[in-house]
Amino acid sequence: MTSRKNETPYRGPAEMGDVSGLAHLNVAGEIDLSHKVILYLDNVSVSFDGIKALNQLSLAIDNGELRCIIGPNGAGKTTMMDVITGKTKPDSGHVFLGQTIDLTRLDEPRIARAGIGRKFQKPTVFEQHSVWENLDLAMNEDKSWFHTLGSRLSKKALAHIEETLGLIRLEQEAGRLAGELSHGQKQLLEIGMLLMQEPRLLLLDEPAAGMSDHETAQLSELLNLLRGKCSMVVVEHDMEFVAALSGRDGKVTVMAEGSVISEGTLDQVKHDEVVIESYLGR
Amino acid sequence: MATATISLPKSLALPSRQPVLGPTAWRILAPAFFLILALVPICSMVVPESYPFHLSAYALTLVGKIMCYAIGALALDLVWGYCGILSLGHSLFFALGGYMMGMYLMRSIGLDGVYHSHLPDFMVFLDWKSLPWYWHGTDHFIYAAALVIIVPGLLAWLFGFFAFRSRVKGVYLSIITQALTFACMLLFYRNETGFGGNNGFTDFKRILGFPIAATGTRTGLFILTFVALAGSFLACRYIVTSKLGRVVMAVRDTESRLMFLGYSPLGYKLFVWTFSAILCGIAGALFVPQVGIINPSEMSPGNSIEMAISVAVGGRGTLFGPILGAFIVNGAKSFLTASLSDYWLFFLGAMFVVVPLWLPNGVVGVLRRLRGKK
Repeated sequence: MTSRKNETPYRGPAEMGDVSGLAHLNVAGEIDLSHKVILYLDNVSVSFDGIKALNQLSLAIDNGELRCIIGPNGAGKTTMMDVITGKTKPDSGHVFLGQTIDLTRLDEPRIARAGIGRKFQKPTVFEQHSVWENLDLAMNEDKSWFHTLGSRLSKKALAHIEETLGLIRLEQEAGRLAGELSHGQKQLLEIGMLLMQEPRLLLLDEPAAGMSDHETAQLSELLNLLRGKCSMVVVEHDMEFVAALSGRDGKVTVMAEGSVISEGTLDQVKHDEVVIESYLGR
Repeated sequence: MATATISLPKSLALPSRQPVLGPTAWRILAPAFFLILALVPICSMVVPESYPFHLSAYALTLVGKIMCYAIGALALDLVWGYCGILSLGHSLFFALGGYMMGMYLMRSIGLDGVYHSHLPDFMVFLDWKSLPWYWHGTDHFIYAAALVIIVPGLLAWLFGFFAFRSRVKGVYLSIITQALTFACMLLFYRNETGFGGNNGFTDFKRILGFPIAATGTRTGLFILTFVALAGSFLACRYIVTSKLGRVVMAVRDTESRLMFLGYSPLGYKLFVWTFSAILCGIAGALFVPQVGIINPSEMSPGNSIEMAISVAVGGRGTLFGPILGAFIVNGAKSFLTASLSDYWLFFLGAMFVVVPLWLPNGVVGVLRRLRGKK
């Protein structure tokens, strides 16, 4: 063994981790952000029964960015989220997290563990579990069955849950079943679960749907808290909410019929001829 | 900024989930457990037969048998009530455990069989000259006991791995489990399989050197089963109150959401499924020496359905309910098949209709509602 070590003093990247096809070192569990892009969709197409839901969609999200995506119904926004999270496999094209992680090869749990969180259109929480149990389930820790069999709630974890409960203002409901919460409270709980999950990239599918004005304001405040902690992609119909989120300089992407038709600040896309024709003008 | 410090909500200190058993129940059950442990040997072996407090061999065997079914129902509740997997094939794991124990019991008959051969009687009858390979070593109790755990466990793991990996769920999974137990029943009915065909194993003489029909042996088996039942209950309780239990319940309610949180349901399902099958195997192994016979009818789909009805009657997802349910269903069965044998199946069918309609949470649900009203 020792002689062999002497023969090969060079420790190449192959010994430290896999080399991806793009000549980037692939370190397990880490997202390679060397080009500042956290999510990269390249020519992704998906069709259902001959109808193209996504048509050669290409999109790049920078690390730390909050990107709003708007578009008419059937533009393929939810399908895009399904492709990113592994629920739907694309017919062609690539989806990369950072430079090295090919998401089309991973299943849903692995993609989630790689650092992508998702909020659904309809609030989906575990209704038969109490509020704090929902947060505990979402906590970013070892998610193998073997670990959870022996795990007990630590003081640190409890403090973390408590902190999140404070942020989403559900301290009073901690012991209640999630199924008994109001629609808006469920939305908040789901955001809380995403906070616990500590994703690197967060996908939000119409987070303000069905919320009161007060709750919407509270939500944009919460999302602003998350800004900087992770990158976000928000699909939204409510233009006021988009304006509040993206501000003056934030990038907005407009999708129609499965591809990107325009990209720029909200003001820019609002005045884009193509956008007016296909979406806003209608 | 007095409001900035968030005090720990009271509910966080303790999981607010309705406990498997309340503190009062524990205060009654724990002494009852030791009382039964102490009283049963006295009543069966010391108290003379003419006294009213004497426990007859019939009563011992009957209750012992029902306790085995109760362990099976408890095991089924773990996968059905908590993980949402309705198995209609749990009697297969029960019977396999029983067959493994049966092999040991057949071997320990020794030369006392009808044909005075070292081979089990049915093999002599079939004119076999030597033991099939899978019978080797079964004369050692420890090996047979290991098989009781390994065989049902391995089969469950293999079946579960392929079924859960392919994301087979709900009624489809139930039908496949039913088909599996039916196929195995047909297999075990064949003489060539080497498990005694339709007669199965019977005429056992002794277990670990003790005569199998003696009151002392029966009492010992009863106590062992009772301890196994209590142990299974505590093990299942540990599982469902752990974080794994909470994940498993989330698998039952919203599996897709759980996957987007980073949990792979496969490992969780396989764990509870295999654990449940092993519990069933142990129950079967305790069942055979008490009842004195094991044959393929123990694998019949009807037995699995009876097990599921026990769980439903007692209350799904309550752990304690299925034990009660097993006593209610099997007690009724013993009574009805003895006195009104034609009506047992009508009764079983009626329970199948009545319980989901009017008692969706079973007997335990009714008890909880009564306690809530007080």
